[in-house]
Amino acid sequence: MDEKRHSPLVWAIEARGLTKSFGSHRALSGIDLKVRKGDHLTIFGPNGAGKTTLIKLLSTLSKPSGGSAWLDGADIRKVPEQIRYKLGVVSHSTFLYTNLTVSENLRFYGRMYGLSNLEHRIKEVISQVQLESRLHDRVGTLSRGMQQRVAIARAVLHNPSIMLLDEPETGLDPQATVMMRDVLDALDSGERTVVMTTHNLERGIELADQVVILHEGRIAYQASKQEIDAARFKEIYDRYTGLRT
Amino acid sequence: MKELFTRIFAIFWKDILSELRTKEIATSVLVFALLVVVIFNFAFEAGADTTGLVAPGILWVAFTFAGVLGLNHTFASEKENSCLEGLMLCPVERHVIYWGKLVGSFTFMLVVEAIITPIFLALFNLPIFMPRLALIIVLTTLGFASVGTLFSALAANTKARDIMLPILFLPIVVPIIIAAVEATGLVMDDKSWGEMSTWLQVLIAFDVIFLVASAFVFEFVVEE
Repeated sequence: MDEKRHSPLVWAIEARGLTKSFGSHRALSGIDLKVRKGDHLTIFGPNGAGKTTLIKLLSTLSKPSGGSAWLDGADIRKVPEQIRYKLGVVSHSTFLYTNLTVSENLRFYGRMYGLSNLEHRIKEVISQVQLESRLHDRVGTLSRGMQQRVAIARAVLHNPSIMLLDEPETGLDPQATVMMRDVLDALDSGERTVVMTTHNLERGIELADQVVILHEGRIAYQASKQEIDAARFKEIYDRYTGLRT
Repeated sequence: MKELFTRIFAIFWKDILSELRTKEIATSVLVFALLVVVIFNFAFEAGADTTGLVAPGILWVAFTFAGVLGLNHTFASEKENSCLEGLMLCPVERHVIYWGKLVGSFTFMLVVEAIITPIFLALFNLPIFMPRLALIIVLTTLGFASVGTLFSALAANTKARDIMLPILFLPIVVPIIIAAVEATGLVMDDKSWGEMSTWLQVLIAFDVIFLVASAFVFEFVVEE
């Protein structure tokens, strides 16, 4: 019954009344979201709006205080381990061990996901992020941009159906940002559902099928790409980020 | 079951590999333990009268504080680049992470103890081959590492991590350390198995309690 209501055939992500509180502070309040399979959702919002908290809830890193969410029909409260197989997460932190080499990091995460044919898969993803020549270098010796590309390779190693990108461009110089975008674009088969948080309006709208502005833990604005007028959207965004009153 | 062990081994091997690269913790822990043993050896002249009284305490003071030093790094290494989040995103239950980290801490402490113990025994003019002492060390270290791994995860989320770990952890492991000191004293006095069986039972009981409780509580410690 539950599985039918949260149809995994249509919705990759469905959230109902998702709430997260830290003590008396409510970081997220009654979030309702639906993302179709293969769609891109971009989440905008000022710092402290609850973007990272939402990503943490969807990625099962954190448990909701109220409501729930379903990823491919599976409840994040009931089967978090099952959901993590479907997820690839790229954050501004790389989740990489700097004392280990690129291949050792990927091998470690591959084993944690129980991947078969791991060595072949490592070669495949490392070639997708164009870092074949650095495979045996320690992660600590790579530039920030290269480390972020390895983080992308780590996130797609198990071929997830849903990608959660939490401000993946933070801390990258313009050149590294372009390189990372190219890598993400190349990996986008159109079948993967992507949820991205960003402060970059142009990039966020360009990628999105649907946009959301979070403000003080609530959805303040939600629209599909067809409904968005870039100038009008910027005006709304500026109002919520305090750039315009 | 095979998958479970593969993942526990993956975490263990990742930690070992990382430590082999840097040798940061091994060097400091070994030097610290060695210094304690050598300084106390000079303070209390080795002799039949004093050895039985002070040697067990000296050995476990060295192991306890060296252990705390090592345990401080167990989860600290996971904080860099938010690697703990990366671990928690893996499709495994939280207790698998605990077991992986525990096996690493336990092995690491045993290696340090295997190096320090013969030096200690030689300095205090005691027989080098003491299988019963080895059993006490293994049992004590297991209990020590099981609670230490849990509290290391707890302390890693605090600002004063280096201070918080011993404050939180040492009061909990006092029963294990007392049992270890008493049992070690009996071994050094060459008493029978029967006489030390009570302390061995205490060690085993605490090991079981700490292992089960820590694995259960770990999930709540690492969750936000």
